[in-house]
Amino acid sequence: MKKTGNLQGRKKNERVTAYLFVAPAVILLISFLVVPMIYTAYFSAFKYQIMRPDNIDFIGIDNYSKLFADKNFWVALKNTVYFTVIVVPAQCALALGLALLVSKKFRGVSIFRTMYFSPQLTSMVVIAVLWSVLYNANPNTGLINSLLVNLGLNPINFLTNEHTAMNAIIFMSAWQGAGYQMMIFLAGLQGIPREQYEAASVDGATKWNQFWYITLPGLRGTIKYVIMITMIQAMKLFTQPYIMTQGGPKNATKTLVYYIYTQGFQKGNFGYACSIATVFFVIVVIMSLTMKRITTANE
Amino acid sequence: MKKSSLKFSAGLSRFLFYFGNIVIGIIFVSPLIWMISASLKPEAEIFANMNSIRTFFPSHASLANYIEVFNRMNLLRVFRNTLLYIALILLLDLLLNSMCGYALAKFSFIGKGAILNLVVALMVLPMEAIMLPLYIEMSQLGWVNTMTALVVPFAAKCFSIYMFRQFFYDIPDDLIEAAYIDGCSPAGTFFKIVVPISKTVYATVFILDFVAHWNDFMWPFLVMTGENKRTIQLAVQSFFGTQPVHYSAIMAALVISAIPMIIMFIFMQKYYVEGIASSGIKG
Repeated sequence: MKKTGNLQGRKKNERVTAYLFVAPAVILLISFLVVPMIYTAYFSAFKYQIMRPDNIDFIGIDNYSKLFADKNFWVALKNTVYFTVIVVPAQCALALGLALLVSKKFRGVSIFRTMYFSPQLTSMVVIAVLWSVLYNANPNTGLINSLLVNLGLNPINFLTNEHTAMNAIIFMSAWQGAGYQMMIFLAGLQGIPREQYEAASVDGATKWNQFWYITLPGLRGTIKYVIMITMIQAMKLFTQPYIMTQGGPKNATKTLVYYIYTQGFQKGNFGYACSIATVFFVIVVIMSLTMKRITTANE
Repeated sequence: MKKSSLKFSAGLSRFLFYFGNIVIGIIFVSPLIWMISASLKPEAEIFANMNSIRTFFPSHASLANYIEVFNRMNLLRVFRNTLLYIALILLLDLLLNSMCGYALAKFSFIGKGAILNLVVALMVLPMEAIMLPLYIEMSQLGWVNTMTALVVPFAAKCFSIYMFRQFFYDIPDDLIEAAYIDGCSPAGTFFKIVVPISKTVYATVFILDFVAHWNDFMWPFLVMTGENKRTIQLAVQSFFGTQPVHYSAIMAALVISAIPMIIMFIFMQKYYVEGIASSGIKG
């Protein structure tokens, strides 16, 4: 009886197993993602100092009115948006260029792929520490400035000048991250049928035309995906400025996440920090929904 | 005549192609080469020949800086903390998320659609947006400065669940039916039949999450404040700011922290690269 499979009993058995299988993961997701998410929004309506947990006052939208009048918040938002708007196209274009360089099989191709990917083998902490030294303003101790001086240029105070600090972080981040996106693009390029290129070159299409009319449309989905993950990653910028500039000089590298950290963990303004976190979350959600909308609208 | 000029231009474009690749390749690896070179030099020598190519090559390499790191950083403890953290979280990650992914792929039950939607929606939720109440949760549970705070909150991962689900979805139903007919329970079928033929997806999730956790900075930074609780990234970061600042030793610490990643990359390159690539195709 059991061997032939009592359908009714098996379905029930399957249902019980299903709940047992999803329960641990779902309970963890709810306890440590959903609940804190709700609490972030909830606490943003309270005056809540970490040092005085017995004195929590409901203040409605006061945190938000304070936030929108807070100059430091706007600076942090501006810096985060600036970083994202520059680094996303730069890094994606760089990654696509690298992928095109190493997409065909040739002698030594895997060596070049590994070279472009190699910054990914170290962590952001390592990269940030290393480049703090490379970016050193003194040409006798900073490798990059020593190179600039050798080329007859003036040394640059990369991390100590408010006009260059964020750009220095952008350059470093693109250098570190491009290899990862390159790998995604390589897979995307493999998905474009070879015959399309062959047909095009028989018709006398130039390399540029092939890139414009075959490669780019063929990579459409991949490009959108890469832009989306790079964008979300960029919005979370914290490690690089924390290690390299501590948000300075003159707040030039203070980001939203950095500001959440400063307000919540350093100054103990927990409720206020929750309102920044809520705004940050809303921005990220709107950005990913917009990207998703664009992605699905064109397909 | 025409033929030879064609040959010449093909040769030239080949040369330019290699030349371009080599120049860009050098730009990509030179900071890392400099890091390794500096880690093998005495402190005084690092900045001595900044103007010459010799800055990239130690004239008499020594491991003295590595010994200094060992003496000052309590490396064994740091590695123990990090590896224990990664081992525990990956164990839970591979077990719980694959079970969840399998249920979402192969079982029918009420609430399945809702759970799948939840998993997809939570994928974009940044940890940074919820870290404040999560930290309070940790301190109320008494988990701050314990391994539990590192492991439990992030063991369930939407991205892993999704990858497992996509993989299991393609497993033929006939195989599962056959196991049922042989008298396997649904759970038995999963553990005895499905898991053994799914090594690729386990390897892929393993390497992606190994890398992610080895590199983890912000969450450990918030919950592991005790000096002997530090993971590798925290140890490196604090070593950078600790007196006396010896750049040679700092570079050695950076190299040490990258070694396990390099080993992982050498052995699991195929799965790592496939994992990165497949995320783009399926996402």
